[in-house]
Order: sequence, then structure tokens, then C-alpha cells
Amino acid sequence: MSAVVTDHEHDHEHHDHKPSGIKRWFYTTNHKDIGTMYLVFALVMFFIGGAMAMVIRAELFQPGMQFVEPNFFNQMTTVHGLIMVFGAVMPAFTGLANWMIPMMIGAPDMALPRMNNWSFWILPFAFLILLISLFMPGGGPSFGWTFYAPLSTTYSGDSTALFVFSVHIMGISSIMGAINVIVTIFNLRAPGMTWMKMPLFVWTWLITAFLLIMVMPVLAGAVTMVLTDKYFGTSFFDAAGGGDPVLFQHIFWFFGHPEVYIMILPAFGIVSSIVPTFARKPLFGYASMVYATSSIALLSFLVWAHHMFTTGMPVAGALFFMYCTMLIAVPTGVKVFNWVATMWRGAMTFEVPMMFALAFIVLFTIGGFSGLMLAITPADFQYHDTYFVVAHFHYVLVTGAVFSIIAAAYYWLPKWTGHMYDEKLGQWHFWCSLISVNLLFFPMHFVGLAGMPRRIPDYALQFADFNAFISIGGFLFGASQLIFVWLLVKCARGGEKATAQVWEGAEGLEWEVPSPAPYHTFETPPVIK
Amino acid sequence: MNKTYEKYYVPAQSPWPIVGAVALFLIAFGAGNYVNEVTKQQPGFGGYMLAAGFVVLIFMLFGWFKNVIDESMSGLYSAQMDRSFRQGMSWFILSEVMFFMAFFGALFYGRVIALNWLSGGSNNAMTFEILWPGFEAMWPLLKTPGGIETQAMPATGLPLINTAILVISSITLHFAHTGLEQQKRGQLKLMLLITLLLGAVFLSLQVYEYIHAYRDLGLTLASGFYGNTFFLLTGFHGMHVTLGAIILLFVFFRVLKGHFTPEKHFAFQAAAWYWHFVDVVWLCLYVFVYVI
Repeated sequence: MSAVVTDHEHDHEHHDHKPSGIKRWFYTTNHKDIGTMYLVFALVMFFIGGAMAMVIRAELFQPGMQFVEPNFFNQMTTVHGLIMVFGAVMPAFTGLANWMIPMMIGAPDMALPRMNNWSFWILPFAFLILLISLFMPGGGPSFGWTFYAPLSTTYSGDSTALFVFSVHIMGISSIMGAINVIVTIFNLRAPGMTWMKMPLFVWTWLITAFLLIMVMPVLAGAVTMVLTDKYFGTSFFDAAGGGDPVLFQHIFWFFGHPEVYIMILPAFGIVSSIVPTFARKPLFGYASMVYATSSIALLSFLVWAHHMFTTGMPVAGALFFMYCTMLIAVPTGVKVFNWVATMWRGAMTFEVPMMFALAFIVLFTIGGFSGLMLAITPADFQYHDTYFVVAHFHYVLVTGAVFSIIAAAYYWLPKWTGHMYDEKLGQWHFWCSLISVNLLFFPMHFVGLAGMPRRIPDYALQFADFNAFISIGGFLFGASQLIFVWLLVKCARGGEKATAQVWEGAEGLEWEVPSPAPYHTFETPPVIK
Repeated sequence: MNKTYEKYYVPAQSPWPIVGAVALFLIAFGAGNYVNEVTKQQPGFGGYMLAAGFVVLIFMLFGWFKNVIDESMSGLYSAQMDRSFRQGMSWFILSEVMFFMAFFGALFYGRVIALNWLSGGSNNAMTFEILWPGFEAMWPLLKTPGGIETQAMPATGLPLINTAILVISSITLHFAHTGLEQQKRGQLKLMLLITLLLGAVFLSLQVYEYIHAYRDLGLTLASGFYGNTFFLLTGFHGMHVTLGAIILLFVFFRVLKGHFTPEKHFAFQAAAWYWHFVDVVWLCLYVFVYVI
């Protein structure tokens, strides 16, 4: 697609010094350092949130109460959700954006490097507050990650205020990160890098950043109203004062639905980078991918109430939200079609990034289809708040977003570290993850359809076998990720030297700089052919 | 075009971001504890932590902006950097618009849907009969379903004067800008000073209005949906005016020191954008909260 003239090899000799010591990480303005910190942070949070999922699965291994109190169980489901959404998936994507976008568009760094560092360093503090809240008298937040009123207002504990303020500063971090991405893409593209030459990862992140700027402030508004309702006597969500608890759901999901696309659009960009490389063919339907991503983003503002069918709304509203939701299947179908068409008659090889990308395409599509089932209003009355919903959003978030992040890590790891990762260990990681993740989430469809409710620490006896099965899948999936950590450490410490192009079929600016990428990539703009 | 791309500028390492992160931690953790302590009237460290957070934040802003201003004045910034700052500011203002949209959305929902349904509208006749018989939907909501009564804030009088003040302050700020562009430093200083004074008058009148609401009208934060939306919308607007005025104050000091040229004045531009944005929010607020 594009190529770079690198006549500044000699420049790197004297510009490529890294500051040393802890100050390098505290004071950095370097997009690669900040990207690395985001990714490491996301991995740590993935394991903390994962440990909470293990507690949930241990409790649900058998019917009856085994290990934890119901209130603690609720805290685990709540904080697991918050950590995985805001602490693992979103920071991981932001880390990838930091590392890759400047290299992909021929920029020297992010547009606002100091603000970039601020966005990152807010996050560890925000999650420190959230984790501290678990140790408050009465426990941490226990109202679900969706913090519906009146659970979060009338019936919540003292930790609610800490939850609210930690969400506020996470939001500040996300908004600043998104502004940085947008401005970088608008303003720092190398000459010749026109809009329709941009790699799809850059395109999808541009649209994601726009969504973030549009909806994170709305979340800030929602938590603010929860705070004033709980502590200062307002009645936004209290009918006695003229408000309405349903109002909370509208505001929350106006944020919440675009939020789920924030967690999947960059994944589409990643898969659109990986599939052409390993099929050794250019991406099929580049322009249609751009338009499909944009339509998904626009539609995401018109579908929020499909989370609220059982809350009740006028029939016209239910019909509108049902049809708009089903409409999203069209651009998403275009994407899946294009990935498959890219592979059609390609010279395919199956290295680990490609395996995860392929698994993404199949398993994300399963999650997409169960989403379509949930979109049908009358059917949703049956599915709502059952394990079917849990199965649906874990298929799109774990085998969707998380698999794409892992695929991206394998794909760009040689560029980051300068070493090839251990392919055999990677294949082990892939197959263990693939099998266990399906053991974990697939049976949830069945128990859900049979009526098992979500967010309840105990269940009826007929669900016992499936739940034991699911829990075993969960423990195996958790254990499989330890292989990944081992592989990452090995790769960071050494291994076979990676070439600049790394993958035979890889194209784009990031593959034309040496591996590992020099500390400062482009000091003068590259020329795009 | 090529000129702006000659060489990229990446700023040096800076301690301020992490200081800022610590400040936000102190503010968030302090505030989280403080609201519990205040509402339960318990002693605690929350308030001190919150105050410390603001001190660190102000220290950070001073240090950070001083660095940026020094770098800018010594000519390190290219036209491209200037564009990055401008675009960043515009997107930030969009995020602020969305923050206010959440509260305007709540106001719309409450007035058009929730109150209508509470008084038996749509298919909610039974909800009304069983839960809140006798409730009458009206706006301003002078009596809540739960029975709290209040009086409405009139649209004429003080709020109208305040509207005029803010609109005039936007116009004077515009003339300050033209003064800067046409190298008329006298006009720039005078108009900027008038803008600041108008901002201060606006804020004082808002405080007076709040006292009037609490003391004479019985209109408080806790007096139902009308009071909620009134105080949160005007309150957040007032906070933004305060912030905008502080930014303008610093711009004023920089003008006195001879900073800004007709070509390069990002800080002035950003402060002006922010002020105009706050003005537009007020106009929407005046229409939807006071008038209609």
C-alpha cells in the first residue's frame, strides 16, 4: 500500500538513547514507553479481574453456598466487570494505539506527548481507588458494573463515592487518550498518507476515539447523578421526587452501547491488519471496511434501549430500537465477508497471530449472532438477565476483543522486542485458550436458555452439571493465560532476531523500520509512495 | 505546506504529568471519603486529602504551563504543534458539550416523559392511581409526588440580567481578539479586563440567586426534579464560568507581560473558545431551565 524511504539510518546512532532508571517511566513523553506501560498495566488488570472471575466460578462450581457470602459474590461480579472493561480491554487498545498509530502514519510520536503520559498515569491510581473500595466497611461496589439505580443509590454502601470518583478519573484518562489519538491522526500523518491510504487499525481507532469523546462525558454525568442522588438528596432516579429510575438506564446505555463498540472497533482494525499479512493478499474491500466501521459507529448511538426491553417502553420505541439493532448486522456482515474474501485463494500460513485472528472471526460471529437473537424484542423477554446474555457478551468480549488483543500482541511483539516469540509455545497457548474458552462460555448459552439467572451466587439443581463444566473451562482458560505470560517474558529477554518486515506478507510503514523499532521512529516525515 | 513538516518536535521529559496524576488521585480518593464523612458528620481525613489534591493540581498546572509558555516563547513550537493544540482544545470542548448534554437529556426526559407518566400518561393509569393519586404534572415541578413543595425561579429579573451580562462579555472578548489581531494592545487589554469583570459580576449574581433560592423560595438541591436540574445545570455552568474566568485571568497577565502576536496566540484563542462555549451553554440553559 505504501512504502517509506529510510535514508536516516545513521541518525538513529546518536538519537536513540533512552533515559535510564525509574524516571524514564514516570517522566516519559515517548509513545512507545507509554504504549508499553498501558499494555503491561492492562495485562496486570486482566489477571486481577481474572482472579475475581475465578472466585465467581469457584462459587458456582456446585449449587449451594460454598466459599463466599452473597454480598462478596456481588462485589466480585461488579468489580470483575469494571476492571475488565475499563482496566484491561480499553487500556490494552490504547496501548496498541500508542505503539502503532504513530509508526503506521509516519508520525514522530503522539501529538500531545505529555498529556499522553498523564492519561496513562491516572489509570493505576483510579484502579487503586476501586480496589481499595473493596476493603471499606460494608464492602466494595456490589450493584453490577451497570450500577443501575436504585441499587447504586438507595441500596448501596459507603464505597459508592469512591466508585464514582474513580470512574470520573478513568473517564478523564480515556477522554484525554482519545483526544490524543484523534489529533495525532488528523494532524501528524506523513505527507501522502491520505485518508483512504490509512491502515484500517488507524481508521477504526479514529472512529473509536470519536465515540470515546462523545460518550465518556455522558458516563461522567451518570455517575454524578448517582452521587448527588445518594449523598445530596436529589431525585433524578427517584419517582417520589419526580424523577425516574428508568432515566438512569437511558443515560447509562446511551454511554454503554457505544462503549461496547469502543471495545470492538479496534479489534476489527487488528484483524484487518493480520488477515491480509498471512493470506498474502491485500485486504478485500478496503473502502467498504471504512464505511462499515463508520456506519456501525453511527448506529451505536441509536440502539441503546435494546438493553432495556424488559424495563418497558412504548411499542413504537421497542420496534425502533429492535430494527436499528438488527441493522447493525449489515455492516458487521460486510466486515466478516471481507475477511473471508481476503483469505479466499490466499497463500495462507497459520502462525499464532493468524490463529487468534481466525478464532476471532468464527467466535466473534457466534457472539454477533446471539446478539441478533437478543435484539428481537419478544425473544429478549425470555433471555434478559440470564446466562445467555453472559454467554453473548463474553463471546464478543473475550473471544472478540481479548483474542484480538492477544493476536495483536503476537503480531507486533517481534517489532516491539526485536525477537521472534516462541512459536511452539504460542501454538500451545492458542489451542489451550481456544478449547477452554469454549468449554467456559458455550454451555452458558444452554443454561441461560434453560432459565439460569445471571449475578446470583446459587442456582437450581438442574444446572449443576453444566456449571461444573463451565467452571472447569474457566480454570483452564485462566491457567492457559500463564503460558502467555511466560512467552512474553521469554520474548522480551531474547530469542531469534526479527527482521524489519518480520512477516513475509506484512505491508505498511511499521514494517519498514528496524525491529526493535528505534526509540524515536520518524524525526523527519517519511515519503509515502 | 512542506515548511511545516521540516522537523518534528517532541517535547522533552516532564515531571508534571505524574504530579497531575497524583493530584487527581488525592482529589478522587479525598472526595470519595469526604462525602461520606460530611453526610454522616464523622471526622476524617477526606477533606484534608481533597484540599491537598487541589493544591498539588494548582502547583502542577503552574509548572506545566510555565514549561509550555517558556518553550512557546523561545520559538520551539512549529505551526504543526499549534494545530495540534487547537484541535485538541476543540475536541475537549466537544466532550464538555456532551457532559452538559447528559444533564439537558435528563431534564428533557423528566419533563416530557417521567412527569407525564407519573401523572397517568401513556399507559400508566394504574401506576398513578395506586402509587401517586392526586399528583399533578406541571413544570416547574412545584409539588413532587412525594409532597415536597417549592417555588419557581422566575425567568425575568436577575437571570435575564445575567444573560445580558454573559452575552456582552462574549462580545467584549471578541473585540479583545480583534484588538490582538490588529495590534491594538490598548483595546486588547481594556476589552479583556471588561470581560473578566463581567464574568465576576455574573458569578456574584449567581451566588446571590442561590441564596435567594434557598432562603426565600425554598428551592434547594433536594426539592425534587426541578431543583435537581436547576442546581446541577446552573452549578456546573457556574463551575465552568469560574474555570473560564481563571484561564482568562492568566491570559490577561500574559497580555500585560507582552505575550501573544497576531499570528501566534493559542492560549488566548483557547480561552476565548472556552468562554464562548460557556456562553452558548448559558443561552441553552436560560431557555430550557428558566424560560420554557
